[in-house]
Amino acid sequence: MTVLLMIGTRKGLWLARSDDDRQSWKLDGPQFLMQEIPACAIDTRGPTPRLLAGARSEQWGPSVFHSDDLGASWTEPEGGAIRFPAEADAAVAAIWQLRPDTAGRPNVVWAGSEPSALWRSDDGGQTFALVDGLWDHPHRPSWEPGFGGQAIHTVLPHPTDDSRVLVAMSTGGVYVSGDSGKSWEPSNTGIKAHFRPDPWPEYGQCVHKVARDSADPERLFAQSHRGVYRSDDGGSSWTSIADGLPSDFGFPMVTHPAQPGTAWVAPLVADVERVPPEGALRVWRTTDSGESWTSVSSGLPEAGFYAAVMRDAFTADDVAGSTGLYLGARDGSVYASADEGETWREVARHLPDVLCVRAAVVS
Amino acid sequence: MRLPGALRELARGERAVVVELEEPASVGTLLDVLAERLPAVERRIRDETGTLRRHVNVFVGDGNVRDGAGLGEPLTDGAEVQVIPAVSGG
Repeated sequence: MTVLLMIGTRKGLWLARSDDDRQSWKLDGPQFLMQEIPACAIDTRGPTPRLLAGARSEQWGPSVFHSDDLGASWTEPEGGAIRFPAEADAAVAAIWQLRPDTAGRPNVVWAGSEPSALWRSDDGGQTFALVDGLWDHPHRPSWEPGFGGQAIHTVLPHPTDDSRVLVAMSTGGVYVSGDSGKSWEPSNTGIKAHFRPDPWPEYGQCVHKVARDSADPERLFAQSHRGVYRSDDGGSSWTSIADGLPSDFGFPMVTHPAQPGTAWVAPLVADVERVPPEGALRVWRTTDSGESWTSVSSGLPEAGFYAAVMRDAFTADDVAGSTGLYLGARDGSVYASADEGETWREVARHLPDVLCVRAAVVS
Repeated sequence: MRLPGALRELARGERAVVVELEEPASVGTLLDVLAERLPAVERRIRDETGTLRRHVNVFVGDGNVRDGAGLGEPLTDGAEVQVIPAVSGG
């Protein structure tokens, strides 16, 4: 078994491989040197794994590249992979999310971009088309940029109902479609917007990441800007599950790919203090859908650590039996766990700021 | 039109491309032709709204078109255009 770990940073992409059940890693890179990689994906639905990278050059702009040889070579269509149509009068600034759809739709890949737009590919991520229904939403002019820009960072296709898809953006919050993206409704009831005069608006929340439960597709977990939430009704309503955590602020939310009710977060002290509590890099796990939380951090730095973990820089792999976890931080450190977070070991240090990680079994 | 090293691979290794334009010619019409011949190069110079990318500079002779007529900067016969990435980033 070979597990591949993609590490997207502010200045390029690194790939790490493990052939010994994730006990040791061989790190290669950089590729796309001096290009920011805010989004990457490993699509294992086809006969050959396809790697996807959303790259952005400060000078030459963004694109989506794909590789069918595990990163030995990368290609993009000559005309570009992801571009607004002329009538939109907008330009893609960055790709914030690449999300392969379900196994039943092996050619469908979703992308979220800055400015906030949803894109759908029907050729496995080679070319993307704008989802007009969300772009034309009357709320769009009032979506505002968060600190990192105004972007769709979460795309969750429904695992059994192809007509349903959920997105989340900062700011704007959660929106859902039940008709394959033609129409969209805000879905933020119960998520607080501390930064608004009315803290319970219909939309406008700064949701940082949403993840879906492995067993119950209606159960969702969200890390928001000052808030950690669960929904049991597909996002129609949200309840706080922040009790038991050291802080309700952070960026990632990761769910277990097979174990129901299990999720991890990586808290920061507060929105005005975006560093890990007590200078220690710790992740917290719930196995009861947020009723309780436990720190699982053996092997992670216990002191003097002041780098944040970004929303897509924490992920789980698809190894059956013992899920692996991976996280990277803004100081360029990357850690991996082969036992669901119980123990961690270092994969890399001193890389540029880590923006995203993805891992999967590739052979 | 002279290309920087970062774009030469996309231009089949060429350091420069020679483009015949109809009168009246401008940097914009030059890039329109480039969009047909070398679309992967053109979309790295202009975004999909047709705007010159923020950290890309285009010079006609010694003049930065941003200080002149922008993409409307006129080109005369034999004009030499250079694409140079701006100093940016950290």
